[in-house]
Amino acid sequence: MKEFFLGRLTSQSLPHEWFTIGGSAFFGLAALFFIVLLTVTKRWKWLWKEWLTSVDPKRIGIMYFIVAGFMLIARGGLEALMMWLQQAIGSSNMPGFLGASHGYLSSQHFQEIFTAHGNIMVFFVAMGFIFGLINYIVPLQIGARDLASPFLNTLGFWLYVAGVVMVNMFFFFGGEYAATGWLAVAPLNGIQFSPGVGMDYLIWSLQISGIGTTLGAINFIMTILKMRSPGMGLWKMPAFTWGSLCSMIMAVTIFPLLTATLFLVFFDRYFGTHFFTTTLGGNAMMYTNLIWMWGHPEVYVLVLPAYGVFTEIVATFSRKPIASYTTSIIGMIGVSLFALSVWLHHFFTMGAGADVNAFFGLMTMIIAVPTTVLVFTWIATMHKGRIRYTSPMHWFLGFMIIFALGGITGVMLGVPPADFQFHNSLFLVAHFHSNVIGGVLFGVFAGITYWFPKMAGFRLNERFGKYAFWCWMVGFSLSFIPMYILGLMGATRRLDTYDAATGWQPFYICMLIGGCVIALGVAFQIIQIIASVMEKKRLHDYTGDPWDGRTLEWSVSSPAPAYNFTTIPHVTTRDAFWEMKKQGIAKPQYEDIHMPKNTASGIYISIFAFFAGFGFVWHITWMAIAGVAGAIVCAIIRTFDENTEYTIPAAEVEKMEKARLQKEHEEYGDKPANTGPEYDMTLREFIITVVTWAWSVVRRKQRQA
Amino acid sequence: MTKPKKQKSKLRGPVPYIVLWVVVLTALFSALLWGTNVKVLNPHGLIATHQLSLIIFSVVVLMVIAVPSLFLFYYFAWKYRETNTKVAHESENHHGKWWVFWVWAIPCAIMLIMSVVMWIATHKLDPMRAIASKNKTLHVQVIALRWKWLFIYPDQGIATVNFLQAPVNTPIEFDLTADETPMSSFWLPNWGGQLYAMTGHSNRLNLMPTTKGDFTGASAEINGAGFDGMKFTARASSQADFNKWVTQTQQSPNILDWVEYQKLLQPSENNVAAFYSSTAPDMYDNVLMKYMGSHNMGAHSTEHE
Amino acid sequence: MAETTEAVATHEQAGALTPEHEMSHEEAANDRVMFGFWVYLMTDLLMFSVLFAVYAVLHANTVGGPGGGQLFSLKQALIETLILLTSSFTCGLGMIAARKGDKTQVLAWFGVTFLLGLAFLGLEVKEFAEFVHEGHTLSSNAFLSSFFSLVGTHGLHITSGLLWMGVILAFVIKRGLNKHMVRKLALLSLFWHFLDIVWIFIFTIVYLMAFTA
Repeated sequence: MKEFFLGRLTSQSLPHEWFTIGGSAFFGLAALFFIVLLTVTKRWKWLWKEWLTSVDPKRIGIMYFIVAGFMLIARGGLEALMMWLQQAIGSSNMPGFLGASHGYLSSQHFQEIFTAHGNIMVFFVAMGFIFGLINYIVPLQIGARDLASPFLNTLGFWLYVAGVVMVNMFFFFGGEYAATGWLAVAPLNGIQFSPGVGMDYLIWSLQISGIGTTLGAINFIMTILKMRSPGMGLWKMPAFTWGSLCSMIMAVTIFPLLTATLFLVFFDRYFGTHFFTTTLGGNAMMYTNLIWMWGHPEVYVLVLPAYGVFTEIVATFSRKPIASYTTSIIGMIGVSLFALSVWLHHFFTMGAGADVNAFFGLMTMIIAVPTTVLVFTWIATMHKGRIRYTSPMHWFLGFMIIFALGGITGVMLGVPPADFQFHNSLFLVAHFHSNVIGGVLFGVFAGITYWFPKMAGFRLNERFGKYAFWCWMVGFSLSFIPMYILGLMGATRRLDTYDAATGWQPFYICMLIGGCVIALGVAFQIIQIIASVMEKKRLHDYTGDPWDGRTLEWSVSSPAPAYNFTTIPHVTTRDAFWEMKKQGIAKPQYEDIHMPKNTASGIYISIFAFFAGFGFVWHITWMAIAGVAGAIVCAIIRTFDENTEYTIPAAEVEKMEKARLQKEHEEYGDKPANTGPEYDMTLREFIITVVTWAWSVVRRKQRQA
Repeated sequence: MTKPKKQKSKLRGPVPYIVLWVVVLTALFSALLWGTNVKVLNPHGLIATHQLSLIIFSVVVLMVIAVPSLFLFYYFAWKYRETNTKVAHESENHHGKWWVFWVWAIPCAIMLIMSVVMWIATHKLDPMRAIASKNKTLHVQVIALRWKWLFIYPDQGIATVNFLQAPVNTPIEFDLTADETPMSSFWLPNWGGQLYAMTGHSNRLNLMPTTKGDFTGASAEINGAGFDGMKFTARASSQADFNKWVTQTQQSPNILDWVEYQKLLQPSENNVAAFYSSTAPDMYDNVLMKYMGSHNMGAHSTEHE
Repeated sequence: MAETTEAVATHEQAGALTPEHEMSHEEAANDRVMFGFWVYLMTDLLMFSVLFAVYAVLHANTVGGPGGGQLFSLKQALIETLILLTSSFTCGLGMIAARKGDKTQVLAWFGVTFLLGLAFLGLEVKEFAEFVHEGHTLSSNAFLSSFFSLVGTHGLHITSGLLWMGVILAFVIKRGLNKHMVRKLALLSLFWHFLDIVWIFIFTIVYLMAFTA
C-alpha cells in the first residue's frame, strides 16, 4: 500500500547528510523569508498579477534573469568554489575531512557536484540569461509589441522553472544527484552503473526544461520571421536579432534530438529496454553520437546571441555602423550551419578510424572561418571609430582575448591526433570554459549592463561595473590558465584527488585563488545593482537613449511601456533609430493596441509536468499519470479559451502616455548636471551608506523596545 | 555628491591594463612552470613525439593569424578612443573593394593549411596503424575493469594489474576492451595519446616508448566512483631487463584463472600492482565474446519468398 | 466576433495602418499560428528521426531471438496502412466541409476519421499484445526495444490526435463551427497528415524491409 502511494520514496530519502541538510535548510529558509516578506508587505496579489501570470516578454525576461542569476550564485558558482577547494587540498599528501580520503569531499560527492555544475550552468544559467535577453530585447528591436505566442512564452518560462526545481529536489528527497558528468555517457548512465535516483533527476530536470526551450525557440522564430515592423526586411534587422534567430533555429533543430535521447535513457532505466545497455543488443556508442549531436550545436545556441550583443556594443560605442553588416550576418549564419556537422570531434578517441575522424576534423576547421570573419568585422568597426570605454565595452575588450584563447585551443583540439593527448584532460575543460565564460557569460554581462537602462529606467553604476569586470578578468586568468597547463601535465578532468608527486598542487591552489577573485567579482556585481538602486534618481534615463544607440529599442522610453510602441514604427534602413534621429523623430500617433491577457495556465501546466517528472523519478505511478493527464487537461482548457486578448483604444493609449510622461516629469524634473559616471558612488561611500542604514535600523529597534 | 570623484587615469582606458595583465600572467606562469614535468611537452614515445610536433605546428600556424589580429584589435581599441584628438575619427565605414575578399580569404587560407596537415597527420597517426620497426612487435591486451587495468601478454603468457613493462624502441600493439565497466579511456601521455576501452569492442592502439623510465597512465573517461584511482605505471626498460622481468613474472605464485578473474571483476579502488604467471587461455577473446553474443544478427526471415 | 471586427474598424479609422501592413490583426495571428505549428511539426519529425536512426542501428540486434521477418504480419501492417491512409482522406474531406462552414459534414467526416484512427490503434495494440504474450517484450533485446519505441511513439501520437479530435468535435457540438474551431481543425489535419506520412516511413523501414533483408 505504501509502495503504491510513495513509490520508492522512504524515510531514508529524506535529508540526512551535511550537504543535503544544509541545502534543504537554505532553500527552506529562503522560501520562508520570501513568504514572510510578501505577507507583511501584502504583495501576493501584486506578485501574481504583475509578474507570475504576466505574458509580457519584458516581465518574463526579468524573471529569467532572476532565476538564472540565483542558480549562478547559489548552485553553479558555489559548486565551482567547492570543486576548486577540494582540488586545492585534495593532494595525496594531505589529510581528509568529513569522511573523505583526501580533501573534504568523497569521490562520489565530487562527481555529483561537477555533474550538477555542468547541467545547471548550461541549462539553467546560460540558457536562462539568453532567453531573458531575447525575450526583453528582440521585440523592441524589431518593432513588435510581444512575441508571437504570449502563452507559449509563459509556458516555456514555467517549464524552465519546473526544471530548476527538479534539479534542486535531490536536497529534499534522495540525497544524491547523477555522478556521470553533465552529459551522462552510456553505459554509465544506465541502471547498472547508476542505480540511484540522481540520474533520474538529471533526466527529468533536463527533459522538462528542454521542452520549454523547444517551445520558446519556436516562439522566437515565429516572432522574428513574422512580426517585424513594416519596412524591416531580414537584411535590415539588428545584429542581436540575427544572432538570436540563428541561435533559435539551431535550438529548434537540436532540442528534439535531446528530448528523444533522454526518453530512450529513461526507457532503459524505467522499462528495462536495451538502447544503450552493454547486454542484449544495446549500443552505448550510439548514445555518445546522439547526445553530442545535441551537445555541440547547443554551445553555439548559447554563443550566437552573445556575438550579436557584442556586435551591437562595438557599433554603438565606436559610434559607427558595424563594418560590414552582410559579412557579419553571413558569418553568424555560417557558424550555425556548420555547428550541426562537427559533433564527432567530442569523441575522436572512441576509435572511429582515421577517415571519419579526419572528416569531422575538417568540419571543425571550417567552422573556425566564419568565427574569425566576425572578429575581423569587429576590428574594422573600431577602426577610425570614436570609442567610449563604458563598462559594456570593458566586457567586450576582455571577451576578445579570452575567447580567442578558447578558439585557438579549439582548433588545436580539432586535430584528431593532437586531441588524443588533450581529450578529457583539464586542457579541454579550460578550452570550453574560455569560450563559455569569455564568450557567453561576458556577453550576457555586457548585454545586461548595456540594456539595463532600457529595462529599469536607470543605468548601472559604472564604477562597480568596471571593478566587477577586472575581478572576472583577473580571476578567470588565475583560474583557467593553470588548467591548460595542468592538462598538458597529464591531469585528466574530474579528479578529486591526485598524487602529490605529480607537482600539480600549486596550480590547483592558483585556481582556487582565481575562483575567489571571481567570487569577489560577483560580489561587485551585486553591489553594483544595490548601489544603482540607491542612486536611482541620479542615474535615471531621461531620454530612453542613454548610450546614443542605433537600433529601435532606444526609441521608446525607459522602461518601455507594456505595449512597447505607441505606434508600430515604419522602418526604411538598417540601424533604424540612428536614421530616425538624423531625420528627426516624428510626433507620436496613436492607434488601437491589442494586448494579450495574463494567464496562469503556464504555471499550472508546469506544476503538473513537474509532478509527472517527480513521479517518474520515484516510480510513483499514480503521480506520473496524474501529472501527464493534468498537464494535458490544462493545455486543452487554455487552447480552447477564445478570450485571450483585450484591446486598448487609441484614445486610451494617448491618455496613458500623457499621464506617464507627466508623472515622470514630476518625479525626476529636468536632467541634473551630475549624471555622468565620474559622479558614481564609490566603494567607500557604499560601505558607509550600508553601515549607516544598518545602524539606524538597529537604533530604531532599540528605541521601540 | 556634486563633484566628480575619480581622476581620469593617465593610462587612458582599459586596453593598456589588459596588455599589462597578459604580460604579468606570462611571467607568473613561466615561473610556476619552471622545473615541472609537462608530460605532453616531454614525449618519451614515438607517437607522443609526433603528436607534439603536430601541436607545435598548429600553435605556430594559428599564431600567424591570431597574433596580428589580436594586436590590431587592441591597438585600434586604444588608438581610436574618443579622447584621442590626434587621429581622424569617422562616423561611416569606408573600406576598399577587396576588404570582404581578404576577410574571408585569410581565415580560409590558414584553415586550409591546418586541414591538409590535419588530414595527413590523422591518417599517419591513426592508432590502428602498426609502427614500422625492425624490432618484433609486443602484443598487450588491456581490459579495463572497475577500477583497475588488467594487462595480458598473450605471447609471454603472463598478466599484470596496474603495471606494464615494455622494452624501448619496440612497437607495442595494445588491444583495448572493458568488462562490466563503463567506457574508459587508456591514456599514457608520455608515450602517446589515448583510446577508449569499451565493453563489446576491441580498439587497437599502437605506441612505442623511446626512452627508459617509469611513466604514469590513467583512465581519462569517468567510469564511476573509483575513477581517479585507476592509474597504472608503465615502465620502459632495455630488452634485457624486459626479458628478466618476464621470466620473473612467469615464476609468480599467482595465477589468473577465471576464479581469480571473477575476484578482479569486483569493484575495487587504488589496487596495488599484481603479477600473474599464467592466464586462462584466450582470456581477452572470451571477455569480448561475452558481449559479442548480444550483437548477433537475428535469423533471416522465413516469410520471405 | 464583434469585438474583433470593432477593433479592426478602429484600427483602420485611426489611420495608423501603414500600406505594407496588409493583413488584419486576426489574419496575421492565424498566419503566425499556422507557421508556428509547421515549425512544431518539424521538431516532431526530428524526434521521430532519432527513433528511426536508433531502429536502423539496432534492428539486427536480436541476440538470437526472432527478427522482424519472423514476428511481423505484413498483411496486418498493410491493413493498418490502408486504414490510416483512408482516415487521412476523410480528414481532408472534413477540412473541406469546415472551410465551407458545414457543421454536420464536419462532424460526420471527422467522426469517420476518428473511428478509423481507433481501428488503427486497436490493430496496433493487438499486435503489441500478441508479441508480449509470446514473450517478446521491449526489454527482451535491442531490436524489440527500438521497434516498440518507434511504433509505440507513433501510436501515442495517434492517441493524442484522437484525444484532440474528440475534444474539438465536442466543442464544435457545443459552440458551433466558429473561426477558432476551423483553425483548430486545420492544425489537427496537419498533424493527422503528418502522422500518416511518418507511418508510411514506418511501414517501409520497419515492416517492408524486415522481409527484404
